[in-house]
Parts: sequence; C-alpha cells; structure tokens
Amino acid sequence: MGPITSRLMGLESRRGWMLMLALGLIMLVLVPILNLLVPADSIFHVRTFWISILGKYLCFAILALALDLIWGYAGILSLGHGAFFGLGGYAMGMYMMRQIGDRSVYGNPDLPDFMVFLNWQELPWYWFGFDQFWFAALMVVLVPGLLAFVFGWLAFRSRITGVYFSIISQALVFAIMLAFFRNEMGFGGNNGLTDFKDILGFDLASRNTKVGLYAVSVIALALVYLICRGVVSSKLGRVLIAVRDAESRVRFLGYSVTNAKLFVFTLSAVLAGIAGALFVPQVGIINPGEFSPAKSIEIAIWVAVGGRGSLFGAIVGAFAVNGARTYFTGAAPEIWLFFLGGLFVLVTLFMPKGIVGLVQALREGKLADILPKRRGQLDG
Amino acid sequence: MAEPALEPMSEAPVAAAAPAESILYLEGVSVSFDGFKALNSLNLIITRGEMRSIIGPNGAGKTTMMDVVTGNTRPDEGRVLFGENIDLTVLDETAVANLGIGRKFQKPTVFESLSVFENLHLALRTDRGTFKTLFARMTDGQGERIDRVLETIRLTERRYDLAGDLSHGQKQWLEIGMLLAQEPELMLLDEPVAGMTDAETEQTVSLLHEIARDHSLIVVEHDMEFVRNLDCQVSVLHEGRVIAEGAMDSIKSDPRVIEVYLGR
Repeated sequence: MGPITSRLMGLESRRGWMLMLALGLIMLVLVPILNLLVPADSIFHVRTFWISILGKYLCFAILALALDLIWGYAGILSLGHGAFFGLGGYAMGMYMMRQIGDRSVYGNPDLPDFMVFLNWQELPWYWFGFDQFWFAALMVVLVPGLLAFVFGWLAFRSRITGVYFSIISQALVFAIMLAFFRNEMGFGGNNGLTDFKDILGFDLASRNTKVGLYAVSVIALALVYLICRGVVSSKLGRVLIAVRDAESRVRFLGYSVTNAKLFVFTLSAVLAGIAGALFVPQVGIINPGEFSPAKSIEIAIWVAVGGRGSLFGAIVGAFAVNGARTYFTGAAPEIWLFFLGGLFVLVTLFMPKGIVGLVQALREGKLADILPKRRGQLDG
Repeated sequence: MAEPALEPMSEAPVAAAAPAESILYLEGVSVSFDGFKALNSLNLIITRGEMRSIIGPNGAGKTTMMDVVTGNTRPDEGRVLFGENIDLTVLDETAVANLGIGRKFQKPTVFESLSVFENLHLALRTDRGTFKTLFARMTDGQGERIDRVLETIRLTERRYDLAGDLSHGQKQWLEIGMLLAQEPELMLLDEPVAGMTDAETEQTVSLLHEIARDHSLIVVEHDMEFVRNLDCQVSVLHEGRVIAEGAMDSIKSDPRVIEVYLGR
C-alpha cells in the first residue's frame, strides 16, 4: 500500500520480519547463552553486569515505543510519560517491598522499614493486596491506564492539543513527583522503595534471576512492538495519522477524535507502566526521581534521535542514547548533559527523521530528501 | 450511491417538524461573535435532492452557516433541522457527519501523509466506532466502492500516491471524492473551485452535476461564472441573511443584489 512502507521503515516486508526475528533471537537466546554457558575468561562471555544494563535498555525501549505510538502517529507529544512508567514501577516495587517481610532492618513482618521509621502502626489501605503478585501485576496496568484515561478524557474532550497538551502533561508528572516526595504519602518519600530481596521467590541477587528478568524484558519488548505494529497498521492507525495531519477534518468524517486519542493514549500509558514494572526489579530501586520532568523530556529525545513515527526507530533511539549515557557517565560524566542537549539540537536540525530515517535515505541514495533544504540551494 | 438513506440515530434529538420535502431547514438562525452578527435571523430551506448555490460577498455569513449546520458553531437562537425533525444545534461534528452530512472545506484538507486510496478508505461510510475501526478489515465491496469513486474524481492513476503530492486541483477533487465515499445525504461544498485552472473548473462543474443526480448539494462559491454553469437555484447572502433567491438570471437583475455586489 505504498506509503505505509515509510511508516514502519520498510520492516513490513518478509525480509523485515526475518530481520526482526533474527534480532529477537539473538537477544533472547544468544546473549543469555554467552552469559550462562560461555566461560568467564572467554572473549565471547557477556558479563552479568551487561545483562542488567541491557535489561534496563529494553525497558527504556518499551517506554520509547509507548511514546512513539502517540507522538509519532497521533501527534500527541506527552512530556509526562515518566508518570506512567514510574507508577508501574511503584506498583511492582510495593509488591517486592511486601516480599521482604521480616528480613528488613527493623524486622517487622507487616510493615516496610520506612513505615516503622515513621512510627506508623499499621499498613495504609492502599498497600493492601500488594503482597500478592497477581494484584500488583494488575495494578501495574490498571493505575497508569486509569490515570491516563481520566487525564486524557479531560484534555482531549476539551480539545487541548499540541504544545498545551505537552505542558499540562509535564505539569502532571511534576505534581506526582512532589506528591511522592512527601513522607505522608506512604511510598517511602525521598528514598522511595528499595532493598528488595526477591520476586516470585527468585533471589534478585542471583545471576539466573537477572538473566530471567532480562529474557522476560526481551519477550515483553517483542510483544509490545507487535501490539504497536498491529495498532499502527490497522485502520485506526490511519485514523490516528489523519488526526496528526488534520484533526478537525477527521471529525467531519464521522470519527470521534476524542475516543481515538483516548484509546491510544491509555494503551500507551499501560505499556509505559509495564516498562516501569520490568525496570524496577532490574535496578533494585524506585524513587520519585523517576517522576522528574527532565526524565520525561528525555524519552522524547530518545524517540526523536531514533526516528519518530517508525516504531523501530524508538527502539534504536532508546538503545543509542542510553548506550551513549552509559559510556559518557563512565568516561566523562561532566559533559553528558551537554552532549544530550547538543544531540537533540543536531537531530532536530539535521536529521528530522532520526537515525533510521538517515539509514534508509543512505540506502536508497536519497539523502537530499531528508536534509532540510537551505535557502541558498533553492535559489540556486 | 443510490443506497437507502442512513437511518437516523435512535437517540438523535427530535424537534418540531420541518416541511416534509426539506432536507435542511434553517429558521431564524442568529450567531454573533463579540457583538458582530455573522448570521442575522437567517431562513433557508433546501429541498431533498436539490442543488443550491449560495453566494455573497466576504463576511456575508456563508462559512458560519456551514459551521452551524455541521455542529462546530452553536447558534444563539433559531432552529436547524436535518430531514424532518433532527435538531442539529445540539450535535457535535462527529454526530452530524454520522447522520449523513458531509462537508468540504474552503482550503482543501486531505490527509497528506496517507495515500489517495487510504484517504478514501477512511472516508467510506461504515461503523466508525474506535474499536470497530481498530479491528476493521477491508471488504471486496469497499475496494470496489473506492475504485468507483477514484474513477469519478479521475484519480485512478494516482491511487497509491501520497495525497500531499497531488496538485491543488486534485486535492480539491480528492476531498470531493472523500465526500462521495461518505455517501452523505447532504453535501456542503465550500468554494470547490478555489484555485483551480479553467479546465479543472470545467471538469468540476460536470463532476458536481454527476453528483447532484443522487445527492442534495449546497455549493458556496465566489466565482459567478462557475455558479452560472452549475445552473441551479441561487441564494444570495448578505450581512447574515438571505436577500434574494431564484435562478441566476433573475438574481442578476435584482437591485439589492446589484447594490451589494457593485454598489458601496
């Protein structure tokens, strides 16, 4: 169907599927083998340290996909997606907190340490049920989904779009951060939730659990990618692109723009929540820092760097920017933020379609098409 | 195109009846923006199956009239009825579109990053609920329907091209094609030949005549020559009300119309 090609960066062909499958198998099978079975002194050995780092990147890639789904296709730029990521993370953190039981410093089997420290006598009502994994898993999707639904309903119904939406989504995540900083909220305040021991009975410190969490993240990323692809290539996906191009025209065709946006925004928030829930056991901590506005803005940078509106670009961007961060924070931490800011400016000016757009243009020899045209060139 | 009319939605608001043959009935409609009366107690009746031209100088209220009909402007007072008794003043754009009223905008608005084919596919009359749309599969019937529309608007050759790559005139046609795909009972066209070449304008006239065979049509236009070629009833709008109505020839000799267009 012609133009849909550019919507998935050429990955809808048979070759595209094979490439995705190969990448998935390398991540899912080869990497764990290189860690678990290849001896540590071999040059092919992948250290467990890197497994955890890759696991983190995978969660970021899911988060980036969630943002690309709404920004790249429906034109909704949320600068508050950290809210949904963080809430999913907190839900998972609460479960792991309850799993600690009497192994905590204060040894109270019914209360997490920070509550004992605050002299609380009993568990607040909203912590009930979090000792059950199924309940926590439900909350991982339900809480971000519900918040996105209510927030989206209010915003989209009032036809708040563009930069105004971005600003209020930023305000949302900032408000949540301030709330979670407060000790009285009952989520550990400044320090957040940490000191986790195990998840579903598996010791979080063991190598096997780390590889297991990593593998689950690979599978989750693959599933989320397929879901997003399904939505994007459906007729509703075309409605979303139409909303991005000419919102009011879509209404006159008889589609409810509010409902279409609400659906995709809620779905995106749920995916972000899942990413957060996978992230927390792998890094071992969740605190209000995840709700800082700068972190939410950074997600948009990942997507822009990778290439917006192609799904695969979001994954590439999340890996590229976070890989650069890992390198810089080791090699030259003081210039990391300058690098990040500079990267964003450069990508916006010279690579409007991001890394995948650049690669595609190079392959097709159409570099001139994607580079912004300069006045001088036009005038000859 | 000659398929049965859309069933009015069961929850569609019902109001006191309009004349039986009317498809659109406006009575005493007033709209003001910051004290400026865009529509001033406007009366207008469009008969089922009719093609009607609406002309008038800038600021006469033509676009506001369309806004009122399609649900994106609420009138301060007056009645706006679709068919015999559906009150349009309480519906939003989406609901109005689903009732069977299609609108083409003055500036051609097509979805530029979708193909011509996809633009028409989105416009097709069907259940447009969000989840229905998510799981929608294209049927053979829909494909044929799109093919027929493509032929009518003379864009068969360009079906897989991006709508953004079309010429200005072709975008206008694509938008008319999207209206056709919607299978509306009533079509509102706002300056359909704006920016077209003479040849394109001529083709558009015959296209509209083709469409008018089985649709009710309202055409708002500046271009008098074009309106004359449409050869239909004309209503002249001035300062938010209709000042003359009839065939083009009788309109042209109406002293009030001459004053509005030539006087001042």
